[in-house]
Amino acid sequence: MIQVAAFGFTNVHMGNFIGGKLYEGSWKQFCNPGLNCYSCPAANLACPIGSLQAVSSSMDFQFSFYVIGFLLAIGVLLGRFVCGFLCPFGLFQELLHKIPFPKIKLWKGFLYIKYFVLIVFVILLPIAVTNYMGIGKPAFCQFICPAGTLEGGIPLLATHKELQQTIGNLFSLKMIILILVIIGSLSIYRFFCKTLCPLGVIYGLLNKISIYHLEVNKNQCVDCGKCSKVCKMDVDPLKNPNSIECIRCGECVSECPVNAIHIGFKTLKKENKIIGERTSSSLK
Amino acid sequence: MSKSLKRKIQTITCILSAAFIIYGINRGEMEVVLNKAVNICLECIGLG
Repeated sequence: MIQVAAFGFTNVHMGNFIGGKLYEGSWKQFCNPGLNCYSCPAANLACPIGSLQAVSSSMDFQFSFYVIGFLLAIGVLLGRFVCGFLCPFGLFQELLHKIPFPKIKLWKGFLYIKYFVLIVFVILLPIAVTNYMGIGKPAFCQFICPAGTLEGGIPLLATHKELQQTIGNLFSLKMIILILVIIGSLSIYRFFCKTLCPLGVIYGLLNKISIYHLEVNKNQCVDCGKCSKVCKMDVDPLKNPNSIECIRCGECVSECPVNAIHIGFKTLKKENKIIGERTSSSLK
Repeated sequence: MSKSLKRKIQTITCILSAAFIIYGINRGEMEVVLNKAVNICLECIGLG
């Protein structure tokens, strides 16, 4: 329900799909917590990754205090709860994963691609590769972002004949990435979030300190391992309750037979010792 | 990470984020975001 409400709030101008117009009101100067292309006709808010690149690639600025400040504020408050509940593209992937299709587990090496994407495509390229006027390009949006292709590219190309004439290799590349992400999401839960999303890295790093957090009550835990088995993000809440990969979906909380896992803003009382960064060996 | 250290980092991050947002708005970053967001971003849709 929260996901659908968040999707509805961030894409409130559904009527714009008919004419292929963008919402041009003042809400667009504010960032959306999740990944949602601002070139989507329905979008009410600006994409934080797009905005970050837009400011850092502009003539006047090389660093966006506004967007980084926004991401820090949301991240320290909620961490990757944003990914789990507020991201429209996350919802899209979850719906895809519900379609019957052979399910596989992701090779762990793929988890590191998103760090490369953040550092190179979101941070370095927009600042470093500029034209004679000192204006860079949003490299992540331009070469990778499947959300932009899906939410902005396809609807706008369908409604603007003049844009259809400019389709080239770049659009083909982005369509290939989108198709790969769709196929990946059919068989791997939140394939894009796990492998490519730079926003997930930012919020994931802030998971370590976020006020909304996960804790395990040592006194109650019976070490049954059900929490790690149920986790679709392949996190073991006992070993690492505030893992970068944890999207705070709360499935481990519901699965725990003894209610030893707590999720929320409040911390457990002192008498309930908390398992923080314990290793599995120390558990046994 | 101890609870007190975590709380300190949370407080510092909150203050820092508020300072960043205010400074960013003051120097006109919101206009850059708005200008980018209200026009069709050709790069974002794979045409730029």
